[in-house]
Amino acid sequence: MTATAETSAGSRGSQPPVPDGAVTVTVKIRRFNPEFDDEPRWDSFDIPALPSDRVLNLLHYIKWYVDGTLTFRRSCAHGICGSDAMRINGVNRLACKVLLKDLLAASGKPTTITIEPIKGLPVNKDLLVDMEPFFEAFRAVKPYLVTYGNEPTRERIQSVADRERFDDTTKCILCACCTTSCPVYWTEGSYFGPAAIVNAHRFIFDSRDEGAEERLDILNDIDGVWRCRTTFNCTDACPRGIQVTKAIQEVKRALLFKRV
Amino acid sequence: MQFHKYDVVIIGAGGAGMRAAIESGQRARTAVLTKLYPTRSHTGAAQGGMCAALANVEEDNWEWHTFDTIKGGDYLVDQDAAEIMAKEAIDAVLDLEKMGLPFNRTPEGKIDQRRFGGHTRNHGEAAVRRACYAADRTGHMILQTLYQNCVKHGIEFFNEFYVLDICLTETENGPVCTGAVAYELATGEIHVFQAKSVVFATGGFGKVFKTTSNAHTLTGDGMGIVFRKGLPLEDMEFYQFHPTGLAGLGILLTEGARGEGAILRNASGERFMERYAPTIKDLAPRDIVARSMALEVLEGRGAGPNKDYVLLDCTHLGAEVLETKLPDITEFARTYLAVDPVVEPVPVYPTAHYAMGGIPTNIHGEVLRDNDNIVPGLYAAGECACVSVHGANRLGTNSLLDINVFGRRAGIAAAEYALSRPEHVDLPENPAAAVEAQVALVLSEHGQERVADIRTELQATMDANASVYRTEDTLKQALHDVQALKERYAHIQVQDKGKRFNTDLLEAVELGFLLELAEVLVVGALARKESRGGHAREDYPNRDDTNFMRHSMFYKQGDGLAADIRLDYKPVTFTRYKPMERKY
Repeated sequence: MTATAETSAGSRGSQPPVPDGAVTVTVKIRRFNPEFDDEPRWDSFDIPALPSDRVLNLLHYIKWYVDGTLTFRRSCAHGICGSDAMRINGVNRLACKVLLKDLLAASGKPTTITIEPIKGLPVNKDLLVDMEPFFEAFRAVKPYLVTYGNEPTRERIQSVADRERFDDTTKCILCACCTTSCPVYWTEGSYFGPAAIVNAHRFIFDSRDEGAEERLDILNDIDGVWRCRTTFNCTDACPRGIQVTKAIQEVKRALLFKRV
Repeated sequence: MQFHKYDVVIIGAGGAGMRAAIESGQRARTAVLTKLYPTRSHTGAAQGGMCAALANVEEDNWEWHTFDTIKGGDYLVDQDAAEIMAKEAIDAVLDLEKMGLPFNRTPEGKIDQRRFGGHTRNHGEAAVRRACYAADRTGHMILQTLYQNCVKHGIEFFNEFYVLDICLTETENGPVCTGAVAYELATGEIHVFQAKSVVFATGGFGKVFKTTSNAHTLTGDGMGIVFRKGLPLEDMEFYQFHPTGLAGLGILLTEGARGEGAILRNASGERFMERYAPTIKDLAPRDIVARSMALEVLEGRGAGPNKDYVLLDCTHLGAEVLETKLPDITEFARTYLAVDPVVEPVPVYPTAHYAMGGIPTNIHGEVLRDNDNIVPGLYAAGECACVSVHGANRLGTNSLLDINVFGRRAGIAAAEYALSRPEHVDLPENPAAAVEAQVALVLSEHGQERVADIRTELQATMDANASVYRTEDTLKQALHDVQALKERYAHIQVQDKGKRFNTDLLEAVELGFLLELAEVLVVGALARKESRGGHAREDYPNRDDTNFMRHSMFYKQGDGLAADIRLDYKPVTFTRYKPMERKY
C-alpha cells in the first residue's frame, strides 16, 4: 500500500510553506500497528525537505502534517538521549544525527529514503520497538561500580591513565544501534549483545571496580562474549564512535588470560 | 483502570528523580513513573560540569560558592537554600564519585576542576576552577551513574507511564497528596497510584520556545499539573537563555568551552565581552553574556550573511583540548553546522535553556500551597521546582548540583514522611475521572485545528516577544497570541484514535501544558517592571529592589484553559548578603 502527502487518507489542512532550497524526497517507512494491522506494510510519503534537515525533521513533518498515526520515539534531537535508533537505508542510525544532504541521490535524480525499525526486538508500533529485552541484558551484567570494604572519606584516587583506560565505553547512550545491527543477535535473541558487553567493559576496566570477576563469569556464559563473530557491524553502527568490537575483544582477552 | 499502592511515588526519571529514588528506594517502597526510559532524560544533555568547592586545584570554599550563586541570581535567591546547596555540593560530588562516576582527573588522581561562568575566587576577584567534570558529557555521566545505581538497588520503574494528575485529598488542615494518575503509553490504560508521598521531578518547559536546547519532551508536565490543581508556581518569568546555542538550531555548546579559554567575538573579530564584563569577560554569568550577544546583533555587529549571530572562537585551544575535553560539542558543530571548531569559529546565539522558576518548595523539597503552608506528602526537586537557589539567573553547573542536592533531600524527606504515617490517607472519590475525561476529550471529534500549527505559532511568538529582551509591547503581543492559541486549542483534532503508543495524543496533551505555562511566563514578565537576571525589560532597564525584590507567585483561578491567573508575591530570604550592584 502506498500513501503520498497528497493522497494520504489522514492528510488534512494546508501544508506549511515550503522553505527556499527545499527538495522533494520520498520517505518509505515500514508501518505496523498490531492494534489494527494483520501484517506490516510500506507507506511512502513525498515531502519537501532542506538538505540541512535531520531525518528526524522528515519524520516530524510526516507525523505533524500528513499522518499523525506515524509512531516513533525521540527526545533530545541531537544524538545524546538515544531514543531514535532506526534502520535508515539499511543501516542503524539515530534519526537526529543523519542529515538529508548525506542521503541525497546524485544531482537531479529522485531521492528515496527507507526507514525501518531496528531489527531483533519486537515491533510495538511502526518504528517503535520493545526495548525491554535490550535493557534486561544491560541489567544482567552488573552495570554499576562494585566495591568491597570501607568507603574512603574523599574521592577514590584514579590516575589520568587509569581513567583513560575505559573512557571510550563510558560514551554509551544505550540506543541499541550496535546490538540490533549484530547478525548473531538477530538469530539468537538470548545473546547479551554488544551494548551489554560495552557496559560490562566500562566497569571491568575501571581501576576502582572490584567486580570484574563476577562480570567475566556472566560473560563467559553460553550467551556471552563467545557468541561474537567479529563482524564489526556494531562498531560501524555506533553513533558515539565507540570501538565496540575492540571492547568485546578486550573482554574476551581478559577471560582467556584471566587478567584485566 | 489499574490500581497500585506504594509508600513513595516519584514522577520523572532524570537526575533529580533518580537521585531521589536511590534514597527513597532504600528506605521505603518506591515506584518511579516516567514518560521516557530513564536514560533518555535531558539531564543527559548537560555538558560542562557540576560545581563544588573541593579546592582540588586551587583555593576555594563553599562560602564563595554561596556568594557567587546569590550574586549570579541577581539577589532573588533564597540565601538559606543557596548556602545549603553550596555546602552540600562537596558531598554530592563525592557521592557521585563513589557511585562510580568517571570524573576527569588531576595529575595527582583527584577529581579535576575547570572554570565556569560566574564562579569566582573571593567574591568576584577572578574566575575559579570549581566545576567537576567528565569531558563535556558530565550530565550524561550523571544520568548513567544514577541509572546504574538504581539498577544496583533494584528501583522499580514504570517506563513510558505519563502522569497526568495527582490526587489531593481534602482534610481539616487543607489538602494532602495521596497519589498520582498515569496514562500507560503502551496500552492506553489509566493507572491510579496511591501513595503516602509523591515527588515531582519532571524537568522544564523549554519547548514553549522555538530556539531551545531542550528536548522535544520538555513540556512542563509537572508544573502544569500542579498549576491546574490550584497550587502556585513561583518566578516563572525568569527563563534562562544560554549564550552559546548553535546558531539557528539552539543545540547547546557548553560554557565549559569558555571555561577552557574559548572567546566570543563579533563580526569584526572584537572580544566584545571585555566591554560588558571587564574582570571575568567571557566567563560572566549567562544572563549578562546572552544580553551582550543580543546587543551586539541588535547594534549591527553580528556575524554572518544576515549579521544575526556571533562567533565562539575555540581555534586557539588546539585540536587536543577540543578532542579530549570538548569532544561532543566539537562533533555537534561538525555534524549540524559543518563547521570545524579546530580551524574556524562557531556561529552561536542565545538559546532557551532553563526555567529558574517552578513549583515552590522549601529546603526539604516540600511543596508550598501558599507563602507559609506546605501540601503534606507532596515534594518537588530539580528544574520543575523552585527552592529558590537560582533566583533570577542560574549559574552554569548549578542545575546538576541542584538535582543532586535537592533530589537527595526530597527523596529522603518523602520516604521519612511516608514511614512516619502508619496508614495511607484515602484517595479522593473517582481519582481517575479527570484524566479519563481529559483523554476522552482530546480523542473526541471537536474541531480541525492541528496540534503542530498551534505549537509552531506558540514557539514563534515566544521567540519573537518573550525572549532575551522584552518590552511592554512585545509581551502584550505574546499574551494576545497565547490566549488566541488557547482558544484554538479547544478545537484540536488528533488523528490517531488508537490505544497503543498514541504519541499523537501525547503531543496534544503536552501542548496544553505548554500553552498554560507560556501564559504564566508572559503574565509574570509583564508585571515585573524591572530588569533582573534572566528577565531583561528594555523599557525598565534597571533592577528595582524597592518594588520587586520579591518572588512572584502565580495561582490559577477557576477551571479550564481560559481561567485567570492571580499574581501574588513572596518575600526573599536573606541571611548574610546585602543586595549590591552586579558588576563582573
